[in-house]
Amino acid sequence: MKPGLFARLNRVGAWMALLFLVLPALIAIPVSLTPKRFLSMPKGDYSLRHFEFLFSSPEWLSSFAQSGIIAISTAVLATALGTLAAIGLWRVTSKYSEIVRAFLLLPLIIPQIISAMAFYRLLIPLGLLDSYAGLILAHTVLAAPMVLITVSASLANFDPKLEQASRNMGAPAWMTMRRVILPSIRPGVFAGALFAFILSWDEIVVTLFISKFNVYTLPRRMWNGIRENTDPTVAAAAVVLIAITLAAFAISAIVSRRRAQTALKED
Amino acid sequence: MAPFVIVVLAFYAGPLINILWLSVTDPEPGIGNYQKLYETDALGRILWTTFRICLITTFFSVALGYSVAYAMVHAHRKNQHIMLTFLLVSFWISVLVRTFAWLMLLGRNGLVNESMEAIGLISDPIRFMRNELGVLIGMVHYMVPYAVLPLLANMQTLDTRVMSASRNLGATGTQTFWRIYLPLTMPGLIASSLLVFILSLGFYVTPAILGGGKVLMVAEYISVQLLVTLNWGTAAMLGTLMLFSVLALLWIMSRFMQLSAVFGGGAAR
Repeated sequence: MKPGLFARLNRVGAWMALLFLVLPALIAIPVSLTPKRFLSMPKGDYSLRHFEFLFSSPEWLSSFAQSGIIAISTAVLATALGTLAAIGLWRVTSKYSEIVRAFLLLPLIIPQIISAMAFYRLLIPLGLLDSYAGLILAHTVLAAPMVLITVSASLANFDPKLEQASRNMGAPAWMTMRRVILPSIRPGVFAGALFAFILSWDEIVVTLFISKFNVYTLPRRMWNGIRENTDPTVAAAAVVLIAITLAAFAISAIVSRRRAQTALKED
Repeated sequence: MAPFVIVVLAFYAGPLINILWLSVTDPEPGIGNYQKLYETDALGRILWTTFRICLITTFFSVALGYSVAYAMVHAHRKNQHIMLTFLLVSFWISVLVRTFAWLMLLGRNGLVNESMEAIGLISDPIRFMRNELGVLIGMVHYMVPYAVLPLLANMQTLDTRVMSASRNLGATGTQTFWRIYLPLTMPGLIASSLLVFILSLGFYVTPAILGGGKVLMVAEYISVQLLVTLNWGTAAMLGTLMLFSVLALLWIMSRFMQLSAVFGGGAAR
């Protein structure tokens, strides 16, 4: 069927909408190269001074490190929790399991400002406000549903007969888990871990409430920079973040392509 | 499964209930916090601003999202891949980075104003920021990918033979679209609108930065109540309202589309 005029016009519109989605973020690149001390577009001359400052300032470096530590711990914990929950929900199919699943996905959909309030209130009596443990705990609760989703998607393609076969041949539950189930859902687990990492690495709303002086993550430092709206170092940081996002995205694309290729071979 | 359930119960559901509880106990037991909704003009204004901005954001995000999803479903395989990549890249770029970018673009001496002046389109810079226009631009930009994903999930399941049949029976493309395609995509359209509306309701970062304190929405007001005036009761009351609105909308959404299909869209690629 030949596309009509409407469809052709719409296609142009859709491409423009997609450019509208991606292009604005790229403005951070020229701004980060300005030689001036304030936020501005470079006019003819470029400088890397803001990147130099970003990578030599103890404050920014410590924020990078803190965000890294928190995001890696979150990814590990959230992946463990989310994967176990996904396998549990996959095995036990009762009328309640969909309710449990919906319950577990709540942190992902409830507005972050409400989660922030709840965590703030939780961490005060625990004495974990403004601590690594507090942030990791909060980020883990927020990120684990992400893992649950990706691992569940992997499990949907996994044949339960394989598990039964393994059990019938006498393998104990842990061995079935380690040798049969985990290897076949590895791409989903990996993707989940990556998403959990990015979610924690980027998270700002909850962090604004439960961190203060001791823990000062990268988004928090950027947030302050943006609010004061003067320092081009923020632009340099934004460029680094875009680069990291693109790298993570490329990795996940390569993994999923490899998965698609192995699936083709198996067929 | 059990550990996750316990973690969510203890570290999430418990504290959430605590917030609900606070809304009727702090600073004193009773429904005083809720009465403020009627008594304080500012609160009513904030709720109205939030509702209005969410509605406009939803309209534009879903309109753009529909166009993108439609083009994606009907594109060649290779183009489909490029389009999906664009969509997901923008999905994953940090909200702070995107908001910062709009700050650079929309400012008084931002790129948009400067280029429009340079080509003589305008003589004075347009005020894009510290007003609702800026907030709307930033929010729509953030929400479009969320609008696309449920629509895409819905459109991919449609049987294209129905549309061909309609064309063969003599309907024009426009007729086929309005009488067949649009009604068939209604569940996706509703799910997508509800999702964007829900996410807009609690959106904090972009309104706070691009609104520059001039456009006060509920989320920012809550944060001021907690971090500046330490007014837990009012904050908890607003949080409770927001929470119940979100849960009600989610429930409506689940009638139109499987929730896991909607949320799976973002993660399962």
